Amino acid sequence: MDIFLQQLINGLVLGSIYALVALGYTMVYGILGLINFAHGDIVMIGALVTLAVAQALAASGLPAPVVLILAMLAATFVCVTLGVTIERVAYRPLRRAPRLAPLITAIGVSILLQYSAALIWGKQYISMPALITPTQIVLGGAQLTDLQAYIFLLACAVMAGLLWLIKASRAGRAMRATEQNPEVAGLMGIDVNHVISYTFFLGSAIGALAGVMVVLYYGLGHYFMGFMLGLKAFTAAVLGGIGNVAGAMLGGLLLGVIESLASGYIGDLTGGVFGSNYRDVFAFLVLVLVLVLRPSGLMGQRTADRA
Amino acid sequence: MYRRHVLSALALTLVVASCGKESTPPAPKTEGAKEAETLVVKIGSASPLTGPQAHIGIDIRNGVQLGIDDANAAGVEIGGRKLKLELIAEDDEANPTKATTVAQKLVDAKVSGVVGHFNSGASIPASKIYADAGIPQISPGSTNPKYTQQGFKTTFRLVANDDQQGPALARFAVGKLHAKNIAVIDDSTAYGQGLADTFEATAKAEKANIVAREHTTDKDTDFKAILTKIKGQKPDLIMFGGIDPQAAPMAKQMEELGIKAKFIGGDGIQTPNFIQLAGKSAEGVMASIPGLPKDQMPGGKQFMEKYKAKFNTEVQLFAPMGYDAVMVFVDAMKRAGSTEPDKVLAEVARTQYQGVIGPIAFDDKGDLKNSPLTIYGVKDGKWVPLETIVSGATAAATPQTSVADKK
Repeated sequence: MDIFLQQLINGLVLGSIYALVALGYTMVYGILGLINFAHGDIVMIGALVTLAVAQALAASGLPAPVVLILAMLAATFVCVTLGVTIERVAYRPLRRAPRLAPLITAIGVSILLQYSAALIWGKQYISMPALITPTQIVLGGAQLTDLQAYIFLLACAVMAGLLWLIKASRAGRAMRATEQNPEVAGLMGIDVNHVISYTFFLGSAIGALAGVMVVLYYGLGHYFMGFMLGLKAFTAAVLGGIGNVAGAMLGGLLLGVIESLASGYIGDLTGGVFGSNYRDVFAFLVLVLVLVLRPSGLMGQRTADRA
Repeated sequence: MYRRHVLSALALTLVVASCGKESTPPAPKTEGAKEAETLVVKIGSASPLTGPQAHIGIDIRNGVQLGIDDANAAGVEIGGRKLKLELIAEDDEANPTKATTVAQKLVDAKVSGVVGHFNSGASIPASKIYADAGIPQISPGSTNPKYTQQGFKTTFRLVANDDQQGPALARFAVGKLHAKNIAVIDDSTAYGQGLADTFEATAKAEKANIVAREHTTDKDTDFKAILTKIKGQKPDLIMFGGIDPQAAPMAKQMEELGIKAKFIGGDGIQTPNFIQLAGKSAEGVMASIPGLPKDQMPGGKQFMEKYKAKFNTEVQLFAPMGYDAVMVFVDAMKRAGSTEPDKVLAEVARTQYQGVIGPIAFDDKGDLKNSPLTIYGVKDGKWVPLETIVSGATAAATPQTSVADKK
């Protein structure tokens, strides 16, 4: 039974990371109707910037929390700038174009980001200097590190904060209005361009945080890590209901748990025919099942009314 | 209207410009130019030069380069003409499909011999292409037995194969480390799975209990789920068949999950890069390599110094084998008195050469005769040889058994 608890904990931590990345996908889809394939690579850039700053400052003798905070700030700054710039340059001109055009552009931006990262940092795995030594916590037979706990709690805090922002603040109200009907929102005095930029700003900032978490959790980063992560986060967003912020959070956590449990038990369930190297298959099987059985996702889809 | 024309013209220019770029320029053909004086011979090197295993691939290419430089400096003469070797280094990205493309490229460039590939998963498909062209192929690091068992006359290797490495590792684990419950993980590649299979078979024969057999991929970095499952089976040893970019996070995650078992692997993890990536979790990890400890190789110390002086970095894993592969080719060319691939091939099979790694001779399949194995352990952040196994018999290298008792 304690393995089950351990797998659950692993899954929740993994799921928190998926949830944070999925938020970026879902917010952009809700407002623009665009699947921003480049988002996974923005997370990757955040991760690599964190690594670069951490490696540069590791030898400087600054205390570990300071290095970490500086790295996080640098990553957030780079990701946010990138996200807003990409929206301006690649997506805004295509606002009135048929849906396929911005989709292909997004794929193009994704490839551009990947290979720019490869040019800057090379293609090999980059390791995180050991800044924090995680301490073990034993919880009912399962073992987790304080790092895992922080990741989970921080992700929950960010998600709660975002939900509050959308529900209770002016900016959130403007986002919800734009999501419902951008043209009418514009008639009501909302600067739609501004709201869309703000959405990308938020999504990229949260993505940067996710990148920092990935790097802290696995201790490694490389130029191609955003691809799989982005694909799975997108799956999570669809699972929860694309366009639905709470759905993205639920979908992310659920996908993490499903993947972790599948990876752990699939060997036993199939009598050794399918090993745990099929765990990616499981994640995408979930995507296929959701799209076939309940396309609007677990919590229902929410997109703009586009005439 | 006008803007659209400018943009499409710009786009068209970009497309045309990017089409014209070739990845590597074709090898210069100087064969006819100075016929009376120099004989230009091309040696191909195929290994992963980019990607997570690039440090090993570049290490091999550097060894080959060093061999070519030394051979050129020695002024060898074949049939009255001075031999000038040229390196054509290709990147196979550790990818079996890319490896066949690279092999075809090297064959078309008319190389006289190939040092490659590194991954068994790359060497095996590529070997068919070299065999069809009759070009001798010496692998500096592929250990899967299938590589030399395909019936090709052109496959050779300068390392022991996994039919020796797996069992030796298993006997070490059961005999010396007294492991009773063993969990085995592999990375689903030809090398990793092959090594894990031979390890598992011998461990079972040695009456150990295999409590778990798990698989991952060579791109994965999250092993928490697999390790958690294994933790529930309470093994005292975990064996991983795979390469260091996966082994390092695996070792770290083992520690994070509080798994007290020892961690052991094959030659794929025995690199300085593993220690760098795994940090403190590397301590106490053990690995086997198909070869002697580098400082115990007959030419080892000088080679390491030469390598350091030229490339300003440590030898990772198989650079000495890359170097010796070039030397074996040159030696074969000298004895054949020619650089024709079929004549060189015949002489390579009859090699009796004293290389950096020790005495080199091939059996009828192309495997190395007298292939020793060494078991290493990480002690104080460095790989330290624990035991050398010479063709079946076991001899302690230098008494360094404290690593095995560490965890």
